[in-house]
Amino acid sequence: MTLQQFFFGKLSWASIPFDNHIVMGAGGVMGLVALFVMGAITVKGKWKYLWTDWLTSIDHKKIGIMYLILAGVMLLRGFSDAIMMRLQQSMAVGKDLGYLPPPHFDQIFTAHGVIMIFFVAMPLMFGLMNMAIPLQIGARDVAFPYLNSLSLWLTVVGAMLVNISLVVGKFAATGWLAYPPLSGIIYSPGVGVDYYIWALQISGVGSLLSGINFMVTILKMRCPGMTMMKMPVFAWAGLCAMILVALAFPIFTATLAMLFLDRFMGMHFFTAGHGGNAMMYINLIWAWGHPEVYILILPAFGIFSEVVATFSKKKLFGYTSMVYATIAITFLSFIVWLHHFFTMGSGANVNAFFGIATMIIAIPTGVKIFNWLFTMYRGRVTMSVPMLWTVGFISTFAIGGMTGVLMSLPPVDFQLHNSVFLVAHFHNVIIGGVVFGYFAGVTYWFPKIFGFTLNEKWGRRSFWCWLTGFYVAFMPLYALGLMGMTRRLDHYNAGLGWHPLLITAACGAGIIGLGVACQVIQLWVSIRDREANRDLTGDAWINGRTTEWSIPSPAPFYNFAVIPTVHERDEFWDMKEKNRMNPNIQLQSHYEPIHMPRNTATGFVIAIFSGIFGFGMVWHIYWMIGMGLIGIVATIMARTFNKNIDYYVTSEEIMKTERERAGRQKSSSVAIKNGTEELVLT
Amino acid sequence: MTSTTLDHHHDHQAHSDSIDVFGFWIYIMTDCVLFATLFAAFAVLHVDNAAGPTLKQIIHLPYVLGETMFLLASSFTYGLAMLGVYKQSRARAVFWLIVTFCLGLSFVVMEVREFMHLYADGNSWHISAALSSFFTLVGTHGTHVSFGLIWMALMIGQLLKYGTSPSVNRRLTYLGLFWHFLDIVWIFVFTIVYLMGVI
Amino acid sequence: MSDHATTQMKYGAKAKTLKSYMTGLTLSLIFTFSAFAVIGKHLLSVPASYITITALAVAQLFAQVICFLRMNVSREGNWNTMPFIFTFIVVGVLVGGSLWIMYNLDVNMM
Repeated sequence: MTLQQFFFGKLSWASIPFDNHIVMGAGGVMGLVALFVMGAITVKGKWKYLWTDWLTSIDHKKIGIMYLILAGVMLLRGFSDAIMMRLQQSMAVGKDLGYLPPPHFDQIFTAHGVIMIFFVAMPLMFGLMNMAIPLQIGARDVAFPYLNSLSLWLTVVGAMLVNISLVVGKFAATGWLAYPPLSGIIYSPGVGVDYYIWALQISGVGSLLSGINFMVTILKMRCPGMTMMKMPVFAWAGLCAMILVALAFPIFTATLAMLFLDRFMGMHFFTAGHGGNAMMYINLIWAWGHPEVYILILPAFGIFSEVVATFSKKKLFGYTSMVYATIAITFLSFIVWLHHFFTMGSGANVNAFFGIATMIIAIPTGVKIFNWLFTMYRGRVTMSVPMLWTVGFISTFAIGGMTGVLMSLPPVDFQLHNSVFLVAHFHNVIIGGVVFGYFAGVTYWFPKIFGFTLNEKWGRRSFWCWLTGFYVAFMPLYALGLMGMTRRLDHYNAGLGWHPLLITAACGAGIIGLGVACQVIQLWVSIRDREANRDLTGDAWINGRTTEWSIPSPAPFYNFAVIPTVHERDEFWDMKEKNRMNPNIQLQSHYEPIHMPRNTATGFVIAIFSGIFGFGMVWHIYWMIGMGLIGIVATIMARTFNKNIDYYVTSEEIMKTERERAGRQKSSSVAIKNGTEELVLT
Repeated sequence: MTSTTLDHHHDHQAHSDSIDVFGFWIYIMTDCVLFATLFAAFAVLHVDNAAGPTLKQIIHLPYVLGETMFLLASSFTYGLAMLGVYKQSRARAVFWLIVTFCLGLSFVVMEVREFMHLYADGNSWHISAALSSFFTLVGTHGTHVSFGLIWMALMIGQLLKYGTSPSVNRRLTYLGLFWHFLDIVWIFVFTIVYLMGVI
Repeated sequence: MSDHATTQMKYGAKAKTLKSYMTGLTLSLIFTFSAFAVIGKHLLSVPASYITITALAVAQLFAQVICFLRMNVSREGNWNTMPFIFTFIVVGVLVGGSLWIMYNLDVNMM
């Protein structure tokens, strides 16, 4: 091995595509933004603050915020990929080859899928769960706060590996699931698939740890009186999603590991020879992949349940059936995975079983939709922004679900598999279901975490742009799929009648882009106007039903000055109706000391070493691999010798914090103008 | 303040312990699924031996029986170590942990020797899907055992330094779950890979 | 501190005793040797061998889970038993389903 190989592995100046203007431009933008942010932090002298209050924080609320920031940033990158693809497909017809050469186009659709699923949707989900679950169940934090921080930073490191791959080397060009033999070492000899593997293995460990963390939190840390059947529905949805995470992600880890072994050690799990079986990869990856999409959607369903009840000022219709439907979906999601590869050739009997199971799983989902509609019926519905997203979801997701049931019939699927009809279906349910749901959740819980509401006007605008844009972008794809257009095409022949529809789709993407822009503006305007929009009572939407609305906004770092005792579902609503004292708003004469975990850099440091390890694995830089591994193990070991991991918040400190907060509320109450709804200050 | 806080702390500790161990148990369940995936791959691919040997040709049952005895014995002696911990006897706990470590190390050494022999005979994982899945399944189990040994060494160190404190007790409970779990997985490895490989 | 004694941790498992460990070890030894004997000495026909060693493996699983891990079906113990059962089911579906699917794929496509 030469010195160059030892220090740099396969890395060299040739790994950076200086001649590719698009890549260099994108990389340049990323670099400039990073420099700008770092510069701003330096100018404001906030490095120490960043370290002590954020990077080493194990507070679930802060971790939730950081997940959301990651999701927002990666949304911009994933969405840029989408715009690029739509643009290419609207141009590349007949003699025109468009502006993206095929290898580049392939990397873009791969990156788009990977980023949107793993670095936008999953972080949005974990972010919202972090923000809301402990508050909803009356807990002070999650079960394992240090692991929570580790999960976050592992996810960030995974995202950074994907971002680095844009400029240093290439990304995978195999589609977001990287099927072999294409993803094997012979047909993808470069570093792209290795970046893919390590970004997902590292962030996958983070996801798995979060799955365990939230499962234990929800099962074991509910406040007194909150039995399972008195939990908010979002907590149920979160619990079921975490069960899916815990049981499905190991399949993903093992399968990617086998792909890695094929590539790195010359094994033959999935190779096209020596006894390998690529179909086994597809089987295993979808055994994970199907539960994965339910992992994404179940918390969104939970959010809708909360939002619908709150803004219809009515308790959720059919709580028990909602819970059972969620549990049913959890079980059933493990027996439908073959519907992703009906056409691979298992034959009629196998296809029939999985087709029927897929049809059955639509039933509990339907139950949920009816429950939401029945909740709204005869409620006094306020069409706030979260409610808008919810109503948009109900119609959009219903269509997407129906096209899914359509494709659950194997004979139909044989026509539509891998066409853009499929692409339209899954975007229909992911955008209409997952994205709309998480946007509703962000708007809904934003005031609880930050202390002020988001700007309504820009929220509405962004909703209408997203809704319109979605339909304009994806309805043509249904038609195109039926007309025979395959997915992932970078160019197509003229005279097929596809071109006008693809131009329409591109316009739709542009409208969604306006929606994204509205959200960015909404954030800026909301921060600018935050004093005027402060939530002074904790009950930000006035008609809050669940426990998180019974504490001040923003929530104090210990969440509850007094852990609530729960008597009913929708405990907070009950508290308001029966005029019971709220010890978290009403000043008490004495507070018990609170046991809290200390901040720690351990999670951050382990993640950094994991990133070093991952980068070394991609480029075969052995000293980096060693350093990464030793660093991870050493940091874990060091943590076990650290005795100083928790502390008690004294009664005096709590009293001081509560007094300050009550004082702020009192002085602001004078300045409250009479709005359209009564504000009851307890 | 003192006694109520102590009691409160003790209850808090007990509650916290049960939460912590439950979390670790859930992690063990996820590890089960990981092994299940490797077992599924093995079940599908073990017949695809391409140009290489069948599993029957490379398995030596008496050797595997020896490995099994070492691991089973180590699972038992770990239990003895835990009994020592419950009796607050640091010496007994450390002694049995060292015995467990030696038995576990013997298992790993035997497995590494088996792999080295196969490699030296030209029967490495490069040859076929069957051998790839064999080495991966058995090797992943062996890697888990090796991590357990490193952890065990660390715990022996912590026992010597801190004695049978609550946090050491808790960590030894985790390691115990892990160690017993690995012996349980081995039951299925020797049955499905080795015994069924020879039928 | 003597009143802060480390007794067995309470996490839903039954108490670990020397008796339970000895029982577990004895049963495991019996099951292991039986399985090796069935195969090593060709005591049964091929299908019977498969069934027997599988049964012995499952029996040893239970022996170790009950005697070493002390899993039980009490109210506290169910916290641990339920995840175990659910995992078992998922593992069964994954391995069984994969075998069924791959066998059919093999017949049709290879």
